[in-house]
Amino acid sequence: MELTRRDAAAALAAIGATGGIALGVRRNEREGSSSEPNTSASDGGVRATLIAVAEVVYPTEVSGIEAFVDGFLEGRLAGGDHASGIRTAVTELDEHALSWYDRRVTELSREERDRLLREVGADSAEEDPNGTTAERIRYYVVNELLLALYTAPTGGELVGIENPQGHAGGAESYTQGSR
Amino acid sequence: MTAAFSPHADRMPIEGADVCVIGAGPAGALVADRLADDHEVVMLDAGPRFDPADRLARQERAIRPAYDRPDVWDVGGERDAHSASGEWFYPLNHARVKGIGGSTLHWQGMVMRLHEDDFNSGSARGVGPDWPIDYADLRPYYAAAEREFGVAGASDNPYAPPREEPYPMPAFEPSYSDSLFADACEELGIDMHSVPNARNSETYDDRSACVGYGTCQPVCPSGAKYDATVHAERAEAKGATVIDRAPVQRLAHDADRVRAAVYATPDGEEYRQTAEAFVVACGGVETPRLLLLSESEQYPDGLANSSGLVGRFFMDHLFAGMGGRLSEPTRQNHVGFLTSECHQFYDEADGEIAPFKLEFFNYDGPSPVEVALSGDDWGDALLEELRGAYGDHIGMGALVEQLPQAESRVALDHDRADDHGNPVPDVRWTVDDRALRTIERANEVQREILEALGAEITWHVGPEDTGPAYHHMGTTRMGEDPTESVVNAELRTHDLENCWIASSSVFPTAGAVNPTLTIAALALRAADAVGASLA
Repeated sequence: MELTRRDAAAALAAIGATGGIALGVRRNEREGSSSEPNTSASDGGVRATLIAVAEVVYPTEVSGIEAFVDGFLEGRLAGGDHASGIRTAVTELDEHALSWYDRRVTELSREERDRLLREVGADSAEEDPNGTTAERIRYYVVNELLLALYTAPTGGELVGIENPQGHAGGAESYTQGSR
Repeated sequence: MTAAFSPHADRMPIEGADVCVIGAGPAGALVADRLADDHEVVMLDAGPRFDPADRLARQERAIRPAYDRPDVWDVGGERDAHSASGEWFYPLNHARVKGIGGSTLHWQGMVMRLHEDDFNSGSARGVGPDWPIDYADLRPYYAAAEREFGVAGASDNPYAPPREEPYPMPAFEPSYSDSLFADACEELGIDMHSVPNARNSETYDDRSACVGYGTCQPVCPSGAKYDATVHAERAEAKGATVIDRAPVQRLAHDADRVRAAVYATPDGEEYRQTAEAFVVACGGVETPRLLLLSESEQYPDGLANSSGLVGRFFMDHLFAGMGGRLSEPTRQNHVGFLTSECHQFYDEADGEIAPFKLEFFNYDGPSPVEVALSGDDWGDALLEELRGAYGDHIGMGALVEQLPQAESRVALDHDRADDHGNPVPDVRWTVDDRALRTIERANEVQREILEALGAEITWHVGPEDTGPAYHHMGTTRMGEDPTESVVNAELRTHDLENCWIASSSVFPTAGAVNPTLTIAALALRAADAVGASLA
């Protein structure tokens, strides 16, 4: 099942971004016109790492991950404490990868990425934005991605609910039987 | 998330105010709106003015497991410290929101009228007091409250009290799972009918129709669900002043009149808001607390407490529930509201069995995204878990009346202070045997329906593990006799000629329907009385 930009927009609409102006800034940065190249480079790394993690935490029948995560992050990385939390958690995860595997997350195989996430404890940790490394990686990395997927229509449909909680999918589907 | 800009940011008192309303929930906001056309009105609230732009972020808090329910609207901490020393624990901070809009910010939005016998419990059922007013007295105010909220409903409930006009909006369509229940209920001779919702089934009052976010309780990002910010803002547009983060510490008074609401501000200052009339609209816990905190030489047991009943007769509705799984899809969790219920057993109430209503859930079982965020796996294994967990759940709830009991009460805990050094409220909640018997009766009916449906029953909430529906009632009861009640039929305190109470705290008995429409109707009635006193 293919994730689309529409899913990314729906996920953003469900859980919020920082607005259209910030969205535009992020696009400009990616196109190289930003006056803050360091931030842009950093965000490029964050995006690549989160896409690599998404390939592990999303089910294999999902396609279109790169565009979905990229689109979703355009809003989520647009500023504020939450964006900082994502950057910090991704940096920490990458540091663990370098320390334990001598490579960045994006350079690990899918199996190694899965093992890394479990080794940092993100599988059994409860999410906490102010918690331990494992809890923050669970919150800002793993659950950030799962939240985006399972509040999006395509993510919901994987489970059998085309209007998942958090998605403004209208007040009609609840009246209808399964499609 | 931050509090929104306040147009009255200096939080200074307003000179020459006619009316001071304390509490900006639905009761206070409706009173302020009604009176602001012709009077100088000031509304004080302990909590903040929440920024509407934060609602999606609050929704995320509602979904993510890192946050508890009180976190969604910033409830908790020293400001909201409380005790619960009663026989039954009461989770107060799960049950309220402080701020402009009050607890309607997190409410479910179900708005039924009390049944006619609810106003005459003593006469009709042989237990509890009669109210000093009848359904007929409140009927026009109910209709007005439905227009103010914007209620989507249908006149298909044969057990509801008589209506005089259609609801402002058409009811929401029944859910798919309602259609499954309908077959079982028909077989059993049990009627189902629509739920009146304070939630837009179409655009109403410049607010959006429901778009199906599915997180109604505790937050509606679209504004389709009514909340009292609507009337707080409307009152402001008419010239009223709303002062947020201004917890009233006490009501300064003499023997017959309240003179000023003494309130604190975030900068550590304390001010006095004077007015000709005062309306206390702080809900069923903070209203008696404020009166008790306002003790004086004239009123050593608390203001307006000559009867000794301020804080007494605390009631809530008890929850009874049951659910299970079917061997077919049930389509749950698409929306966060209910579309069908049953009042068929309500008026069979007597001294042994309380009134109760049945609810047919549209959100039984897990929401996939919430399971995903709290699981121990990811990828294909998680998806398999989600597919196994979601899709075939079905469930029912019920609300049950509890009787007023003097020992069930809100008192002050003098051993614990809030952020201003005031004793915190101590909810000493007890529940009567009639309510517990009625929970068993509701469970029996639920079991019959679910078995007729062919469900494998997997959970039930009975008398041993019931809990409150977060409807605080009874703590400043209404009555004609000043020795047996706190306010009169016009909701004015017996003791003070310029102090009214607009709140579920005035309910002498609880009935078994969600209380907010009755709160609103009473608030509109109180507004008329206050307005007449100022004429």
